Amino acid sequence: MPDGALPVLEVEGLKTVFRTRGGEVHAVNSVTFDLKPGELLGVVGESGSGKSVTMMSLIGLLPSPPADVRGGRVMFDGADLLHSSPEHLRDVRGRGIGFIFQDPMTSLNPVFTVGFQLMEPLRRHMGMNKASARLRAKELLELVGIPDAARRLDDYPHQFSGGMRQRVMIAIALACDPKVLIADEPTTALDVTIQAQILELVRELRSKLGMAIVWITHDLGVIAGIADRVMVMYGGQIVEQAPVKELFAHPRHPYTRALLKTVPSVRSERADKLNVIEGQPPILKAAPAACAFRARCTYAFARCGAENPARFAVGPGHDAACFWDFDKAEGTDGGQRDA
Amino acid sequence: MLDRIKDDTAVAARNVLVEVDHLKMYFPITAGIFRAKVGDVKAVDDVTFDIYEGETLGLVGESGCGKSTCGRAILRLYEPTAGAVRINGRDVASASQDQLRKMRPAMQMVFQDPQASLNPRMTLAAIIGEPLDEHTRLAKADKLARIYELMDQVGLNRNFANRYPHEFSGGQRQRIGIARALALNPKFIVCDEPIAALDVSIQAQVVNLLEELQDRLGLTYLFISHDLSMVRHIADRVAVMYLGRIVELAPREALFAEPLHPYTQALLSAVPEPDPNQEINRRRIILTGDVPSPANPPKGCNFCTRCPAVMPICRQDEPTYQEVAPGRFVACHHYANTTMTAGLTAAAEASGQNASGTKTPTVPKGQGIQQGD
Repeated sequence: MPDGALPVLEVEGLKTVFRTRGGEVHAVNSVTFDLKPGELLGVVGESGSGKSVTMMSLIGLLPSPPADVRGGRVMFDGADLLHSSPEHLRDVRGRGIGFIFQDPMTSLNPVFTVGFQLMEPLRRHMGMNKASARLRAKELLELVGIPDAARRLDDYPHQFSGGMRQRVMIAIALACDPKVLIADEPTTALDVTIQAQILELVRELRSKLGMAIVWITHDLGVIAGIADRVMVMYGGQIVEQAPVKELFAHPRHPYTRALLKTVPSVRSERADKLNVIEGQPPILKAAPAACAFRARCTYAFARCGAENPARFAVGPGHDAACFWDFDKAEGTDGGQRDA
Repeated sequence: MLDRIKDDTAVAARNVLVEVDHLKMYFPITAGIFRAKVGDVKAVDDVTFDIYEGETLGLVGESGCGKSTCGRAILRLYEPTAGAVRINGRDVASASQDQLRKMRPAMQMVFQDPQASLNPRMTLAAIIGEPLDEHTRLAKADKLARIYELMDQVGLNRNFANRYPHEFSGGQRQRIGIARALALNPKFIVCDEPIAALDVSIQAQVVNLLEELQDRLGLTYLFISHDLSMVRHIADRVAVMYLGRIVELAPREALFAEPLHPYTQALLSAVPEPDPNQEINRRRIILTGDVPSPANPPKGCNFCTRCPAVMPICRQDEPTYQEVAPGRFVACHHYANTTMTAGLTAAAEASGQNASGTKTPTVPKGQGIQQGD
């Protein structure tokens, strides 16, 4: 990925709120990031951290009500997607940004053949006729490694296994050559050996097609093996962002540090006791006025309860939203950033 | 390292608490208006293993391999098709309902989904107290004292006793499920994917709790999971299932350092490592195809359709499940006539490293093995 290239997607100050009977839930709070051409950006976080909602807000996939995208800018292809017409959004969703959902069982329509579902975007967005769409659909199935593609076009989703269905989902997302592919936990519902197949496929497709990918997951192992750059989300905010090796080698946010320590490995040295992060993730009733992680944080001090930390630059391409400075803490007694 | 070897020999000397003997659990497939039986889904097909007192046996495998069915059949939540399950020497599989009821307190279960396994209309105290109502005749005050004691043990605040399950988070609900399982002082607990529904930071809390309780109360666990890294953390020995059969069973360190069965090798290599530097150069075995249906398993070895090291004999004969080294069982034709010498295995175990160079039978690494990019 060339450094300094113009980003394909720029997100600035995105805010999404859900109105529920129990009051408002602030799921996404001022999220800012960009995506460079050809890069694979990993997004990690626990359930409820706002990673899926962020991505769905971008391209208007959340039903409103209850969702309410309150502010921010999403620049893609010279237009702000948050202020686009429904027609333009529909075009973007087909041709500009492809989306792969978590559950391949529920995101395919059971009453249409796989071929029909693959041909639909081709005919709608690329203006292909039936015959050429069918030819392209067959190529797409071959691209994602489904054997006997021509015959399988006429099969229904239930005739495919979970891993095969996820391949079909990937083929549909790739149908119109999108510039950006957003994959929302695409392997979470799959077994490890099938997950390994899908990861291998994505690595292969990336080098072949060269699009930018956003990969949402809670599995740090998957991120380590596939991402160029990683964003860590907590409480609806990006708390840390860095190139993948830098993040795993020098995590600078206490949450990222704790998260990396809680995960046991099948290969490295086995610890007697697992490290835990005590407490529960926050429920976001209001926009955060303080650090969302402070209640579970071992480094928290007075300032963490008084204001919400901005993202401080902590290294090349690396920033963390924390008032604690681990570099400063190394030589001296305290690591508190200057106010 | 020396401590671990001592531990391993200690396990071998311990009493067997649970004996599973050629257990089969078939579900009939019926067709037509008379529901005539046309076949069987062989969810658990001839499984044999022991669980020692005080140990944790991990049972791993992919979805649909029969691991949960196996756990349930052991507790006779299903009626097994054939075979015996002896817990403390008494056969659970053939006991009458009356006998079984008397045996129930000693064997309990923690379920996967803490949302679905707790009655939403019962308070926490009622849920934890229900086993006590069923099996004991405690006075009201004694019962409440026991409920509080259980809540303390699993780290739930006593003030929550009158709340309902929906008021708790996933991790806390799983603690409720654990407290209920502990109510009757069981010896043996089947943990069926107890952490699969929880977030990573909460998983560690629950696993640490299970380990603490085991140390304090001398519990024996069958820990069913698809998460190999968690199983490596918690289990003393690990059994690997594929399509209704156990393909390999070994002490934890031996299994993770030197998996013998080609399926175990592929399974372990498929687990991504949370370390980008290792991930770049790691050799991965990518299996082709999907798991066959247990209603129609392939002829010969169940794994022959996906095995990277398949031989002609694998498509003909079923491999026998046998002990190839002390404590190491494997069902694979590659190990049919080779018994690993005890010395070699001990050396491999003592080194604690990947000792594939020292093992006698070599599984040819076939076309299924790809170099990571």
